[in-house]
Amino acid sequence: MTGYPLYLLTRLGQFALVVFIGINIAFIVTHATPIDPVEQSIAAATQFGSTSPEAIALMRQSLKELYGLEGSLGDQYVSFWSRVATGDFGPSLSAFPTPVSTLIGRALPWTVALLVVSTLLTWVLGNLLGGLAGYYRRSKALRFAGILAMTFHPIPYYIVAFLLLIVFGYLWPVLPISGGYKMNMTRDWSWEFIGSVAAHAILPVLSLALVGLGGWFMGMRSLVSNIVTEDYVAYAELGGVERRRILGSYVMRNALVPQVTGLAMSLGSIFNGAIITEQVFGYPGVGTLLVSAVHVGDYSLVLGITTVSIVAVSVAVLLIDLAYPLLDPRVKAR
Amino acid sequence: MGRILIDLLRFNRQFAVGLVLLAIVLGFALLSFFSPYPPNDSFVVPPDVPPSWAYPMGTTSRGQDLFWLLTFSIRNTLLFGVTVALISRLLALVIGLVAGYCGGLVDRALMSINDTFIVIPLFPILVLFYFVMKDHMSWGLLALMMACLGWAYDARLIRSVALSLRTREFTETGIFSGMSMRQILVEEHLPYVLPIVFSTTMNNINWSIGLEVTLSVLGFTDINTPTIGVLIYWANQHTALVAGIWWWIFFPVLLVILAFIGLFLLAVSMNEYIDPRSRLGRSGG
Repeated sequence: MTGYPLYLLTRLGQFALVVFIGINIAFIVTHATPIDPVEQSIAAATQFGSTSPEAIALMRQSLKELYGLEGSLGDQYVSFWSRVATGDFGPSLSAFPTPVSTLIGRALPWTVALLVVSTLLTWVLGNLLGGLAGYYRRSKALRFAGILAMTFHPIPYYIVAFLLLIVFGYLWPVLPISGGYKMNMTRDWSWEFIGSVAAHAILPVLSLALVGLGGWFMGMRSLVSNIVTEDYVAYAELGGVERRRILGSYVMRNALVPQVTGLAMSLGSIFNGAIITEQVFGYPGVGTLLVSAVHVGDYSLVLGITTVSIVAVSVAVLLIDLAYPLLDPRVKAR
Repeated sequence: MGRILIDLLRFNRQFAVGLVLLAIVLGFALLSFFSPYPPNDSFVVPPDVPPSWAYPMGTTSRGQDLFWLLTFSIRNTLLFGVTVALISRLLALVIGLVAGYCGGLVDRALMSINDTFIVIPLFPILVLFYFVMKDHMSWGLLALMMACLGWAYDARLIRSVALSLRTREFTETGIFSGMSMRQILVEEHLPYVLPIVFSTTMNNINWSIGLEVTLSVLGFTDINTPTIGVLIYWANQHTALVAGIWWWIFFPVLLVILAFIGLFLLAVSMNEYIDPRSRLGRSGG
C-alpha cells in the first residue's frame, strides 16, 4: 500500500491514538489520585449543619454511581469508555436534570465559531504578512509589524484578553465586553441579532489574533527568507518572472506546507487559548461553561467538557491532515 | 562560552534587551529576601493606599505592601517555571535523544506518542486535575503535572537534531569502539543538543508560567502561595478595578509581561545563534 491510502491510514491511526491517550489521561487524573471525590463532595455538602447518617449513606451511593466509582478499577475503566463512546455523561449536577451533553451541545457552536473565525483570520494574516516581510526585507512598515507581533506573542492569552478588557471595558468603553449577544435580545436571524453577535465577538477574536499572529508571522518570515536564496527563485528572477508571481506561486506556496502542519500541531494550544478567552469575556462557549462548572462543583459537566474537548480537537486535526495532500501533492506520490 | 555571550550582547539587540528585562525581573525577585513582612501577613500596612514614596506600588485592600508582596510573587512564579522546565527537560531529552538515535520503529512509536501530547488540549485536563484535587492541590503537584504534559514539543526539536547526529561519523566510531547507547547519547550527542535545550527551556518557562497565571487567576491552584496569578486573583476577588485600585492589577501584570518578553527574546536570539542561516540572511539584506 502506498500513496494516499497509506497516508490516510496513518493519520486515522494517529487520530485514534490521540483520543485513546487523552481519555486515558482523563481517567488516570480522576481515578488514580489519592483523593476520594465522593468523600470530598459529602464533606462539602455537610459542612453547613448536621445531616442524618441515612441521608449521607444515600448520598454516598448516588455520588458513587455518578462518578463511576462502583466495582473494580477494571469495571470503572470499561464504564468510563462506554460513557465516552455514547457521549452520555449523565445529568448535570448544577443544572439538574438537564443532561451534560445538552449543555455542551448548546455551548459548543459558540466555541467552534470563535475558533474557526479567529484561527483562519490569524493564520491567513500572519502568513501573508510574514511572507511579505521575508520577501521585502527592507520595508520599514513590515519590520515594525514584526516587532509588534513579537511583543504580543509571548504574552499568554489570559493576560492579553484581560488587558483588552481593561482598555475597552473601563478606559474607553466602546465595545461590548461580556456575553455572546445583547441581553434580552430574541435569538433569530435578523440583521440586528447578527450585528450584535459580531460586535460581541470582536474582543475575543482580537485577543486570540494578537497572541496568535506573531507565531505565524515569524515562522513564515524565516521560511520565506530561506527559500528566497534558493536557486530556482534566482532563476525565476533572472528569467523576468513577475515579482508578485514569484512571491505567490514560487515562494509562498512552498513555505505554506510546513505552516499547515504547524496549524495542526498547535490546534490544541489555540483551543486552550479560546476557552480561556471566552471565560474573560463571558462568551457563552465551552470555556465559560467549564469554569462555572468547577465553581459550582459539577463533576459530570467538567468531565464531559474535558472529554469532548479532547475528541473535538483530534477531529479538527484529522480534518486538516486529510486536506493536507491538496497542498502538498508529494504525499500521493510517496 | 563567555566569548559567545559577549558577542551575543554586542551584536544581537534581541539578546541584549531580553537579558536586561530578565535581569530587572530577577533582581526584583531577589529583593524578596529583604522583605520586612512575611508574604502571607495581611493588614500590616493601611489598605488601599495609592503608590507613594512610602509604598512605591501602593497597598492592597488586604493591607499588604504591594511592592514586597510582588517580590515574593514573582519569585514563586519564576521558580515554578524553572521547576517545570527542569523536570520536562529530562523527559524531552531522554525521549528526543532515544528516538533520534534508534530511528525506525522506536522513533515512529515515540513520535506518535509525542504528537499526541502536542495535540491534546491541556487546559481542560489541568482544570479537571484541580477539580479532583481541590484543597490538596499544591504548587509542587501542579509543577509535576505540567512537566509530565509539557515536554512533547521540545522532544520533537531535540529528536530532529539527534536524527542528524546519528549519521555523523563520530557516532559510528563510538559504536565500533564499543560504547553503549547510554554512553553515546550522554557523552557524544548531549553536548550538541544543549544549545537547543537551552532555548526551549526559555520557551517552556514561558509556557508554564502562562498556564500557571491563568489557572491561578481563575482560582484553580493553591491560592495561599503568592504567585503573580494568585495576586491578580485576590485583586479580582476584591473587585480592584471597579474600586479604582488600579495599581493592584497594573504592577503584577507589567512585571509578568516583562518576564515573558525577556524570556522570549532570549529564546529567539538563542535560536538565531544556533541556526546561522538566519543570521546570514539578515546581514546579507
